[in-house]
Amino acid sequence: MEDLIIIGGGPAGLTAGLYAARAKLKTLLLERLAPGGQILTTDWVENYPGFPEGVSGYDLVDKMKRQAEKFGLTIESQEVQRLELTAEKKMVFTDSRTIETKALIIASGAAPQKLGIEGEGLFTGKGVSYCATCDGPFFRDQAVAVIGGGDTAVEEAVYLARFASRVYLVHRRDKLRAVQLIQERARSEPKMHFIWDTIAVKIVGDTGVKGLDLKNLKTGEMKHLPVEGVFVFIGYVPNSSLVKGILPLDEWGFIKTDNDMETEIPGVFAAGDVRSKALRQVATAVGEGATAAYMAERFLERVKDNI
Amino acid sequence: MSDLLQVTDATFDNEIVKSDIPAVVDFWAEWCGPCKMVAPVLEELAKEYKGKIKIAKLNVDENRQTPGKFGIRNIPTLIFFKNGAVSQTIIGAHPKSYIDGELKKLL
Repeated sequence: MEDLIIIGGGPAGLTAGLYAARAKLKTLLLERLAPGGQILTTDWVENYPGFPEGVSGYDLVDKMKRQAEKFGLTIESQEVQRLELTAEKKMVFTDSRTIETKALIIASGAAPQKLGIEGEGLFTGKGVSYCATCDGPFFRDQAVAVIGGGDTAVEEAVYLARFASRVYLVHRRDKLRAVQLIQERARSEPKMHFIWDTIAVKIVGDTGVKGLDLKNLKTGEMKHLPVEGVFVFIGYVPNSSLVKGILPLDEWGFIKTDNDMETEIPGVFAAGDVRSKALRQVATAVGEGATAAYMAERFLERVKDNI
Repeated sequence: MSDLLQVTDATFDNEIVKSDIPAVVDFWAEWCGPCKMVAPVLEELAKEYKGKIKIAKLNVDENRQTPGKFGIRNIPTLIFFKNGAVSQTIIGAHPKSYIDGELKKLL
């Protein structure tokens, strides 16, 4: 039996692990791959305090992992397949074993939202991508389209301009949602071309992407855009399927908690991108991870006192 | 010592295409964060399948020909080879249990 199981090894889970390990809770962190999470798809993190020059996503999360392990956190590479959660009993079923835990923190993160249009699945791996830092260098001197208008979309579009000959930013509104600093960078990048009020309706090609069929939402006009890459950054879907039907979720599937990160089931907490909230950043994830671990410790004390 | 084989454009044909056992190649690069999530999983699998399936890595930054030949445009990508022919392609970072299931089909 564990005191605490943490599901997910991104910034929220690793910070929860650090705090729990220092509190000397018997803690196990389960990660389906190697620790890291979505931050690994970020080339350079500029808005995490303490790094005035910025830090690479990989270095940041690698430091978090080593810091947590230094205080004794156990990290195992296992995929959680099922949960049975009640106030009294919490069971975690992984691909290799079944573990009972007194408290649980779900920090399973989120994944990129797909467009859900024709050609997207067919051309994934053949020009459709959700990770500019991974795949950008394959599009040297080629034209690419970026779909979206938020921070990630605009930031990644600017990053892609390092390699691509042209970057078309296709956005369904007539202005960007990204923070001002990033917008200014995009506007001053000569390779950037903005296509406003427009959605992608179909990705076309043969052995690889050859273009994108677009529709202007204001005029209804259809247009074909020849590109060899399509990068999709239109938001995130929570990795919350494990708790569907067990915990209350918001309308997009993110886990609802109170201000102490606790869900409706006592002793079950959520932190980071999987939690229902306004801002998804490394800076918010680590604070929630710390709070969740602290509240899990308090929960364990309460349970012990009742026995 | 790692059981993961490092292959290059120069050694790819001999090590992978002409391999007498099935082979899997992980196309990766230093710049790719998710590739680093897959790497430790493949290390473990290389140990478990030693002598049965050859598991190799190819750095796409240092070797441009082979990724071009297979039309690689996303990494990480795993390509499975059986008798010199491609039998399966996995794009992106996936958990060990999933990759393990696909490896079993090669045997």
